[in-house]
Amino acid sequence: MRTRTFLTFIAPSFVLMALFIAVPFVTVFWQSFNLSRGVFKTVTVELCNPGFLGPPTCTRETRSEPVRGPDGTPVTNNEFVGWENYRTLLQPDAVAKAMAPGGKGVSEILSLDFYRALRFTLTFTFVTLPFVLILGLVIALAVDNATKAMRGPIIFASLIPYVVTPVIGALSIRWLFVGDGILVQALEHFLGRRVSLFSDGNAIELLMLFYRIWHVAPFAFIVFYAGLQTLDKQVTEAALIDGASRWRRLLHITLPHLMPLVIFVSLIHLMDAYRVFDEVIGFNAQAHRISLQWLTFYYLTPDYTGNRAISRGSASAMLTMIGVVLLLIPLLVRTWRDQRGTR
Amino acid sequence: MSDDIDSFKQPRGLRIATNIFLVVWIVIALFPFVWIAMMSVKSPVDAFSANPLRVIVGPATAAAGGGVSPLALGLLAALGFVALRLWRRHGADALARATGDGDSMLRWALLVTAAIVVCLGALALVPSALSALASLGTAARLPSVLVEPIIGSTGQHYRTVWITDGFHRQFVNSMVITLGVVTVSLSLGTPAAYAFARTPSRLAMGLLIVALIFRSMPHSVLVAGYLPAFINSREFLTPLWTSETWGPFFRLFSDNAPTLYGKPWAIVAVLVAINQPFTIWLLRSFFLSVPKDLDEAAKVDGCSDFGAFRRVIMPVMWPGVITTGLFSFLLAYNDYLVCALLLDAASQTMVPTISQYINSENNLTDQLRAIAAAVSVTAPLFLLVLVFQRQLVSGMTAGAVKG
Repeated sequence: MRTRTFLTFIAPSFVLMALFIAVPFVTVFWQSFNLSRGVFKTVTVELCNPGFLGPPTCTRETRSEPVRGPDGTPVTNNEFVGWENYRTLLQPDAVAKAMAPGGKGVSEILSLDFYRALRFTLTFTFVTLPFVLILGLVIALAVDNATKAMRGPIIFASLIPYVVTPVIGALSIRWLFVGDGILVQALEHFLGRRVSLFSDGNAIELLMLFYRIWHVAPFAFIVFYAGLQTLDKQVTEAALIDGASRWRRLLHITLPHLMPLVIFVSLIHLMDAYRVFDEVIGFNAQAHRISLQWLTFYYLTPDYTGNRAISRGSASAMLTMIGVVLLLIPLLVRTWRDQRGTR
Repeated sequence: MSDDIDSFKQPRGLRIATNIFLVVWIVIALFPFVWIAMMSVKSPVDAFSANPLRVIVGPATAAAGGGVSPLALGLLAALGFVALRLWRRHGADALARATGDGDSMLRWALLVTAAIVVCLGALALVPSALSALASLGTAARLPSVLVEPIIGSTGQHYRTVWITDGFHRQFVNSMVITLGVVTVSLSLGTPAAYAFARTPSRLAMGLLIVALIFRSMPHSVLVAGYLPAFINSREFLTPLWTSETWGPFFRLFSDNAPTLYGKPWAIVAVLVAINQPFTIWLLRSFFLSVPKDLDEAAKVDGCSDFGAFRRVIMPVMWPGVITTGLFSFLLAYNDYLVCALLLDAASQTMVPTISQYINSENNLTDQLRAIAAAVSVTAPLFLLVLVFQRQLVSGMTAGAVKG
């Protein structure tokens, strides 16, 4: 295909991506170094109460009011503030104080919003990974060995947690454990005491980890299962004739065959888990556990006065990007190599 | 085949363990949804009972007069059985005939719409059908054991959600946005993916990598960029509307420059852009599996590049397009973050609305209301998996197996 035709074919798609992905990214970068504030002026007003008996009482008071432009909208002032937004987020002073002798150390740092979010996001990303891989692999191997009649129902059942809206999937698990949920009542029955899981941060974190494993393991399973179908049966037969046990065949033939898929699933999972957000909403966990994406979301949500902390949100978005870039590098290297190979 | 060789046979213990493990997995995978679906049709006394049997059978709900009698249960089971048999035997043929060998997107869209309408209609008819059956049974002097409800069920929570709370508005919003995203995403993504599949140049490779970088952007980062622009869009779009040359064109759509915040079509554009990298990569892997000789033959016969794409390649690409469309559908339907921040209350979709329900959970009835809303959102997805199981699996593996 000639370059010109190629460009015509991809133009609409890339114009849209430039407008809605590249441009916003640049503006976020710019916003993170600026602070946009409403301009206020102090005005003196005289308030008078009509007197009931006698003269009216008047009081003078000064108050600040937003300056309004000719069309009535409040005027905002954009100011370049350098690293200020990052400083309010990272709070280097508080960190230095915590780490100084006499400070409370790491536990105090982890009480700051950003570090709290960072800690949870990283734990979440790396703890779920091995469980997803192992569960996915075990299901794939089991289905491969199971009777044919089982395959349809298993694939159907596995697709459900993967496909259903993440917020609702998380909610449906939460409802089993919250208040009078059936599983919490079962737990109470066995333990013989009241259990209140949703007042305990660790219990919520555990449920969030469980949710993500439950949600993503089907993806790993489907990919591994597809990989198992391309396994060369002759190699396995040869190993069998040589007297290799089931376990050794798995270790030396099946796993090396699946290795590229394991890496693929890991990379995708790391990228997606790092962007964890829906769990925090679904489990209503913000009081106990928050993630980096949720922090940005929180800054962008209007507070009770209707203001959105867009500059701070932008700074937290840019900090989130650091992790994304680090995770992206191996994926890009792999893709580049693969695609050159297929050409 | 491997099964012919004796030594490939598994020891019995392993086989039993495997099957038990798989059954446990099926239960874990489905239990939360099945359970909340069961709760959603019970009165609070039954739904939050500590006795699981009570939640399933719902004696209090049945005592309040709502429920399924053995007669209705038998009838429903028979209907279900017949429907399943018919689907197994004639489903694939009927689907192929109805979609005309799958070469027309419009027919697919019509079919899906029809399926949704039929399902909603059937759901709406169930309560009245049940009560009609009960009165019929009494009139025919059937023994009361058959007519009295044994499994309690009530549509009360669904009625509150859909009629009193007006959840149908959010449903319509969701559908508008979702269908918009699927249509636009596919019509922009298909030519681009085709071009990428047929161009082995270094430029194409670089752009594909750029798309991959775009895919990795957390959505919150992008929304942080949209928000100020969307809220103040009238200000900086006004020059376009008042300009001499382009003004008349833009004024065709609206008299004044619009505020993008809270506009469903603006969200469609956003979600399409977010989804475009994935769409291109997935469709490209399907185009790569269509032999190149096909378009070359078409060009020898005198087709232009676009002609070859439209007349020769697209007709064999429908499976890939449907698969990709499904994933676009899921992205738009399941989105929380973008819709919650960029839409206002009037144009809000279903998923963010549910999270508002849970924030106002004051008593058990409120919680059941939220559960009913959640089940309403999940039900179409069950249907989707049931019908499109194969396409979903092929989409999940396409990226991995082919690179």
